[in-house]
Formats: sequence, structure tokens, C-alpha cells
Amino acid sequence: MSTSSISDLRAHTHTGTVGVHDTVAGALERVKAVKAGRDGLNIFVSLDEKHLRTHADACGPLLSHAEPSSLLGVPVAIKDNIATLHHPTTCGSRILEGYRSPYEATVVRRLREAGAVPFGKTNMDEFAMGSSTEHSAYGPTRNPLAPDRVPGGSSGGSAAAVAAGIVPAALGSETGGSVRQPAAFCGIVGVKPTYGRVSRFGLVAFASSLDQVGVFGATVDDAARTMHVIAGRDPLDSTSADLPVPEYHRASERSIRGLVVGRPKEYFPESLDPRIRARCDASFEKLRENGAEIRDVSLPHTELAIPVYYIVAPAEASSNLARFDGVRYGLRVQGDGLRGMYEATRSGGFGAEVTRRIMIGTYVLSAGYYDAYYRKAQQVRTLITGDFAKVFASGVDVLFTPTTPTPAFPIGAISDPYEMYLSDIFTATANLAGVPAMSQPIGRVDGLPIGGQFIAPHFGEDTMFSFAYALERALGAEAWS
Amino acid sequence: MTAPDVESLQRDWEMVVGLEVHVQLKTRTKAFCACSTEYGAPPNTNVCPVCLALPGALPVLNAQAVVLATRAALALGCTVHPQSVFARKNYFYPDLPKGYQISQFDRPLATGGKVEIGRHENGSPICVGVTRVHMEEDAGKSVHDRYPGATAIDLNRAGVPLIEIVSEPDMRSAREAGAYLRVLKQILEYMRVSDVSMEEGSLRVDANVSARRRGETKLGTKTEVKNMNSFSGVERALEMEYVRQVGVLVQGGRVEQQTMLWDGAAGQVRPSRTKEGSHDYRYFPEPDLPPLLLEQEWIDRVCKELPELPAARRARFASEYSLGEYDVEVLTADPQLADYYESVARASNDPKASANWVMGEVQAQLKASGQDIAAFRVRPHDLAELLNLVRDGVVSHTAAKQIFSRMVATGDTPAQIAEREGLVQVNDDSQLAGWLDEVVAEMPKEAERFRNGERKLQGVLVGAVMKKSKGRADPRRLNQLLAERFGT
Amino acid sequence: MAVTIDDVRHVAALARLGLSDERAAALVQEMNTILAHMDALSAVDTAGVDAVAGVGAGGLPVRSDKGPPIPLARGLDAFAPSTRDGFLLVPRLSTHDTAEDA
Repeated sequence: MSTSSISDLRAHTHTGTVGVHDTVAGALERVKAVKAGRDGLNIFVSLDEKHLRTHADACGPLLSHAEPSSLLGVPVAIKDNIATLHHPTTCGSRILEGYRSPYEATVVRRLREAGAVPFGKTNMDEFAMGSSTEHSAYGPTRNPLAPDRVPGGSSGGSAAAVAAGIVPAALGSETGGSVRQPAAFCGIVGVKPTYGRVSRFGLVAFASSLDQVGVFGATVDDAARTMHVIAGRDPLDSTSADLPVPEYHRASERSIRGLVVGRPKEYFPESLDPRIRARCDASFEKLRENGAEIRDVSLPHTELAIPVYYIVAPAEASSNLARFDGVRYGLRVQGDGLRGMYEATRSGGFGAEVTRRIMIGTYVLSAGYYDAYYRKAQQVRTLITGDFAKVFASGVDVLFTPTTPTPAFPIGAISDPYEMYLSDIFTATANLAGVPAMSQPIGRVDGLPIGGQFIAPHFGEDTMFSFAYALERALGAEAWS
Repeated sequence: MTAPDVESLQRDWEMVVGLEVHVQLKTRTKAFCACSTEYGAPPNTNVCPVCLALPGALPVLNAQAVVLATRAALALGCTVHPQSVFARKNYFYPDLPKGYQISQFDRPLATGGKVEIGRHENGSPICVGVTRVHMEEDAGKSVHDRYPGATAIDLNRAGVPLIEIVSEPDMRSAREAGAYLRVLKQILEYMRVSDVSMEEGSLRVDANVSARRRGETKLGTKTEVKNMNSFSGVERALEMEYVRQVGVLVQGGRVEQQTMLWDGAAGQVRPSRTKEGSHDYRYFPEPDLPPLLLEQEWIDRVCKELPELPAARRARFASEYSLGEYDVEVLTADPQLADYYESVARASNDPKASANWVMGEVQAQLKASGQDIAAFRVRPHDLAELLNLVRDGVVSHTAAKQIFSRMVATGDTPAQIAEREGLVQVNDDSQLAGWLDEVVAEMPKEAERFRNGERKLQGVLVGAVMKKSKGRADPRRLNQLLAERFGT
Repeated sequence: MAVTIDDVRHVAALARLGLSDERAAALVQEMNTILAHMDALSAVDTAGVDAVAGVGAGGLPVRSDKGPPIPLARGLDAFAPSTRDGFLLVPRLSTHDTAEDA
């Protein structure tokens, strides 16, 4: 990897050792070097080189500040479901091909205001529905560490951009694990904040009660610094929380001595790959060595997370995706009258997985099925949330689990939709409960990265980052072997 | 069919009506975004990422919409709930940008109200229950006849805040339905929550109507009647649909549950092409908006600060200003007229004269010019001043009418006009006596006859003085002088 | 609770998705397989359990009744498929066509 860390870039840009032009040029060279283009890793859906070179100066005025802005001169890749003014926002879908948003997402504005350079739009599973970035209208993204394998998904392009050393940080989005799972598959850090911690304004909705913008970093520090910039109350998002945002990178200074790490047994089933279990055990050992107490705990409703998730998320998605109707923007395909236009546009514009989820979602909300499916799922979701509340109320500070049951799988290996859904088995619970969680590399199996996951109570990102910093330091090179 | 048919049918068949009324709330900006609600702007100019439903945009609720909705609900006697939940009503239509309408479903803002719409012959009140009041957003406008082969969509109205007021099926005739609507409209006007104009679409009515044999307690199958654009249209549509249903029932047929459309021009109802049962709105709680929590204290405060209701104002006008029933009805029909009257009455301290002027000159002027009282040039304190000038004998009643029309035209104060136009009454004895001398000299016979007790000639003499003075002579003082001079 | 081809057709109509016969038939299979996994929920006792209704226990924040609205960097003409005189155009509906017809 050849990127500088955010803290180095920021300092060097501020002292004039590195120009923003050089940083952008360096990242663009790296794009070529790793073959990130369409016929290579296929990381970006859009990347306007000329625009980036011309606009590298945009953060010029920030250079004169006495204190460097937190992301001064840092290129940050953006998932293609986050609205940007210049680059198109397609959500990996044909229905939004070429669509340029006339407004900007709050998170992108905050990045720019902190001196970052939004660096291209990254590939993703269409409308964030998928766990492999194979379901994009613009072709699959490849894992930079093993190009015959998937980078995970749905934020696979952003994860790959960081893993390939193009940018030190990237924005993704989470609905059921779409940042943590690709972070695990690509050997980087991925954070899903508490629901309400980061504004969703400008994030194209998949399942509104689960969606959060997340960040990828090459290191815990890169992720912490980027999260600090995008977090906080936004009056344009009614679900964003009005709470102060700590400086997450200061968590590195805090010890985890005396804190309690829960080991939920449901995340370590008999069937778990013993090599993944071994990597997790090694991590627990490191945490113990750092003074943390490891405690066995139970989250009894965990196994219901996937059924709940695959009812709630498609239900909300079926409604959120109704606006793609060919009337105001995006694709329009003519048909017989208005009704024909609707049907031709939507069946022509949506891929197979999106169609399947709209169908499921519409079905579970329709008359006669609502109580049995949607209402029931939301009730069980309350039980799942209660599991976390009980464990955290019992004195546990964070939970530690594997992020995924397997390492990155080969492209095309999973064709059964439900088998693909099971890829989210350890991650979807945090979205359902709204609690923050993150994945970081804890070693390799067959040369492929394995992710370990911390889960914290609502708005407990600060503590979560202390653990992540501590584990990253303790593992050192072991995280990569 | 005509009204007598309806009356004779009603002897055997009872009409049952419930109404769903949509009312646009009078806010500056839309319900969930900061776009202007201004009416009549060029198409698609009051739009933003939120009301265009651009990918990624999110709704944020307008506080004023909550205040107005709460005020309306309380005025209709409803219980406003400390927690209510927004829900999505999903359906496709090109003027519904998101593919769903943000509404409220199983947890509405308010429930359980009641409205008195009149009195039975025995004096007991006729009441209509208000099932619920909930908040929602308006759709845009579809224009079907502007371009060949195309429907044109204007989203300026999309997202304007509405309340839906659902009544119980408590109305038993078209007249009761009309009375309910008029009372409802008046209450909402008094609460200043809406323009409540059916013509401009800020009040819309859908009716549920069924018929049943007298004595039957179960409700018959209802139909929904839509597309009425006036209160009288609602009454006529209900009668036509009732007659149609009874026609079916009398022949032993069954009323089909369906939507009927009122064609005002043809005076007919006809079935809409909509298939019943194809409605499946897939309501679910709106995940972009957490539940709306209202503190009981806040609700109580809104209740305490409610503008005076029409019934209360009528009672107060009768007692405070000693006005008759007719005057009260006229003066309280419209809250702005009532405000106007009340300002005049207070400033002039003469409620009776104020009533006469407001119901007379003022309303005649408004009617002639088609003006709104809010834009009326003669402000209440100026009218009160004019009344005081009359009371104090500074100007005559005749002159006052002249002054009033000048006030309407110029907006000047009555004193200015009276001065400028020489309409100030003359009560200076020497001036009056001078005129009187001239009249006696010009009409010696009449003066003599008056002196000899022919009292009817007083009018002739006074009239002559008035003419000489161009109407400025103070008739009261003049009469006194006349009496002194002729010893009558 | 098996999904039939009629259910698939009904749901596709509600969702305004045009499906080929082949795709509709495949979806019967796929939806039944997926929904079979969801049946695990029916065994859970949820008596007295509240359904999650909107996240964010703090209630709904509101905004004051004033502008300006969020600006559009580009007008409707820049992204809408069909416009004329400021209107958005869609294939013609007759005056009283309702949501179900559209």
C-alpha cells in the first residue's frame, strides 16, 4: 500500500511539504497502477480525472488556517449512492444511469468543508442490495487482494479503493453489514456508526430505519478521523441525533484496562470455521493482555436476525424505490400509456436482485400479510434490540465477534439468494438494534483477510474506537498474517 | 329527479352520510420542506429535492403545521394524542412524487370530537361525531387537457400540509351534510388554520353514503362519492346518489360498494372506473420520521390560546353588545367581519350604530366592490371616528354617508374629509339665525302660519334652512332656535 | 403460506414491475424459498411486544415555518425525461383515472 495516513497527509499538506495537486495526482497514478478501471478491478463507477486535477485547489483557502482542517488534502472515495454535485449518482443501477444530483449529501459537504477531496464514485451492489458487489449494472468489482474473489458488498468499490491503496479513507453505507463485511473481506477497517449518528440526507435510501453512512479506513485512525468529520446532528435528517460528537481519534490515548468485552456465544457456533475462531481467540487474548476482562454472554434472538432483516429491509425498500418511476429523473422506457411506461421503466431499470426484493417487500406489506410478516418482524426486532440492551446494562462495554462466517468468496460462487443473505449473519443484528459496530483485520486464513467485529452500545463509538486502537496496536503485523 | 322525490323516499328509507374533509393548512412553507405554499406560481417553481422526491432527500416536519392541526382538532372537540405516528400510504400516480403519501394511519393526531350543526324542533342539539383528525401532505396537480397525448404535472402543491377530518356516519340528510360542512368551514375560519375555499381547492369533500329501511339499525352498503366542488354540489350529489341507491334497493337489488363521481354540469353521479378491492396502500410507519411527541402541557396551552369559537362569539355579541339574533348571525358569519365590527364598536363605544353601519354601508361597499374585509380601505378606527362625529353633532347623518364614500375612495380620515369638503355641521347660533332670518323673509306666509300653530310647517322651514346651508345646519340646534323664535 | 403465480402477478402489479411469464414463474419459486426461511418468526412468542415504529426515542424534531428551501444546482430540465413550459410530461391519463388505473 502506498497511501499516506490521514494524519500524515494533513500535516504535510499544511506545512506545504505535499501539495494537494500531488496527492490527487498520486492517487490517480495509483488508480492506473492497480488497474482500478472497468477492465481491471472495476472500483469506480465514475472518476473525472480532469475535474479532480482542476479542483484539487479547492481546499487552497484552508491552507492558511493556523490549525490544519481535520481532513486537509485527503482524497476520500464516495460510494455511488451518496449524492454529489459533479459526479453522477447511479446507485449501481441502470435506472439512474448518468443521473447527476442537483444537490449534495450532508456527509459530502462536511468532507469538503474539512478540506477533503471527494475522489470519484465507487461501485456497489445495485441500490446497496447485495453482499458481493457482483450485482451492479456496471459489472462486478474485484478484490484487490485476490482479484478472482469478491470484495464483499454492497460497498465493495469503496472498500477496494482503500485496500488498493488509492485513498486512505472512503464513504460506504450500511443497511445490514455493507461496510463491515467488505472491510473484513478486503483487510481494512470499516465502521457503522449508531443509527442517527451520521446524517442520511443525500444517502439514497434502501431501508430507512437501518441505513447509515459508514466509513472505511486503511487504519483505525483513518476511520476515526473521517467518522469525526461526518458525524453529528443535521437539521435535514429527522432521525439524526442531537448529541455532541467526541474527537474519536483521541480514543487512541485511552486504555481499555478494566473494561469488559462480551463474547456472545451465538456468534461462535459449532459450525464456525475453526481457523476464524482461532483468529478471534487470539484477539481475545490480546485484549486480555491489555487489561480487559473477557466475559461470556448470550444474545438469544440472534438467529432471528436474518429473517427479520430480510422482511424489514425489503419492505422499506419497496416503498423507497417507488420514486424511480420515469417521471421526474432517471431512465424512462416508453410503454402502453402511463401504466406501460411505469412497468417498462421499472422492469428495464432494476436488476434481478432489486426486483426480487421489491417483490418480497411489497408482498409482506400487502393486505392480509402485514401482521404475519412485517409487524411480526418489527416485534422480533424489538426483542433483538432488547438482547443488546440487557447485555450492555449488565456491565459489558463492548462485544467482540467475527465479522463474517467466511473470508472473501470467489466471484460467481454464490448463486442462491438466501445463501448470499447469510453472509450478513453476524452484522445485520447491529443494524436492527441501531448500535454501532466496526470491523478490523485480525489475521488471515489461506492468505485472505479475516475481520473481527466490535459492537458497542448506542452512541458508544468512542469506547469502541479505544478497543479498536488497542487491538490494532496489540496485533501489529499479526493482523496481516 | 327533484327534491320532492327525495322527501317522499325519506319516509321509508333513511339516508346515512359520513364525510371526509381535506383541508389545506395555512402555512408559509410546505409540510416537510421549506418550499413556499404560494398559490398560482409558475409550474414547478416551488419545488426542492424533498418535494421532487429526488434520491436521498428526507422530510422534516413544519412546526406550524402541527400547531394549526392541533388547533383545528381541539376546536372540533377532539382529544389530541401525546404520541402520533406518521405512516406511508403507498400508491403510484404521477403527481405523487415519492410513490407514497406521508399520512397518519393507526395512530392519528387526534380522535373523538363532536360538532353541533343545529337544533331539532324540540331544541335538542343535532351533533355530528368527528372520528379523527390526522395530518398528511397534498399531492401535485395533473393537467389532462393542456397537451395532446400527454398529462402535465405541476408539483408546486406537492407537500402542502393538509388535515383530513373524518366524521362519523351521523348525518341523515343532504341538508345535514351541508350544515355540517358550513359549521366546519366556519370553525376552521375562526381558528385561522385554512382559507377553506372549495373553489381554490383548500377544502375538499368526499362523501360516504348509504341507505337503509327506516327502523333498521345495521348500516347499508355504502358508496364513496367524489368530485364535488361546492357545498351545494355535495348536497345535490348526495341526493342523487341516495335516490339511485334506493332505486336499487326498492327493486330488491344490492348496492355495490364502489366509488361514484359527481358530474356537476350534468347533475349526475356515475361509477368511477376504479375497481374496488384494488386499493392496497400497504401502510407502514414512516421510518424517516420518528413518532410525533406532544407534551400534554403544550396541548393544554394551545387549547387555552384557541381563538374564540363561533358559538362563543355569538353568545358574547348578544350579551356584550345587546344585539339581536339576526345582527349576531350576520356579524359573526365571517370572523374577519366580526373582528372588524368589534373594533368599530369598541372604538366608538356605540355597538348599535356600529352594527348598523357595518351591516349597512360597509357590507354594501364590500359587495359592490367584491373586496375582502381584510383589504377594505376604511379601517375600523376611522369608521368609529365618523360615528363619533355624527354622535357629537359635528356632521349630519346625511353628510356622514357622503364622507364614508369619500373614505372608501381616498382612505383619508373623516375629519379631514369633513373639513375639506365643508361638511362640518354648523351649530353656531348667529350663523343659523342669519339663515333663519333669510328664510322667514323669503317665506313670510309660511312663517306666520307656523307661528299660529300649524306645526307641520316646521319641516318646510327647516328644509329651507338646510338647503340654504347646503346640508350643514345642525337640525337639532335649528329646531331649538325655531322654537325660541316662534314661542312654540 | 405458499406464494402462487397469481400472488406474484398481483404484487408485481402493485409494484409496477413488468414481468415476463418466465420471470414471474421463477419468482414464485424464489419467493417461496425465501419466505420459507422467514417462517422461523411465526414460532416466536411476541405477545405484548411493541413493534419498532420509527427509530429515535427522542421524538420528532420539527423546523420553523420559513424558507429558503434547499436550492437546486440544476433545474428540472437538466434531469427530467420530458418537460414542457415548466411542466413534467407523462403519457396521457384521462381526467378521472385513479391510482389503480395508472
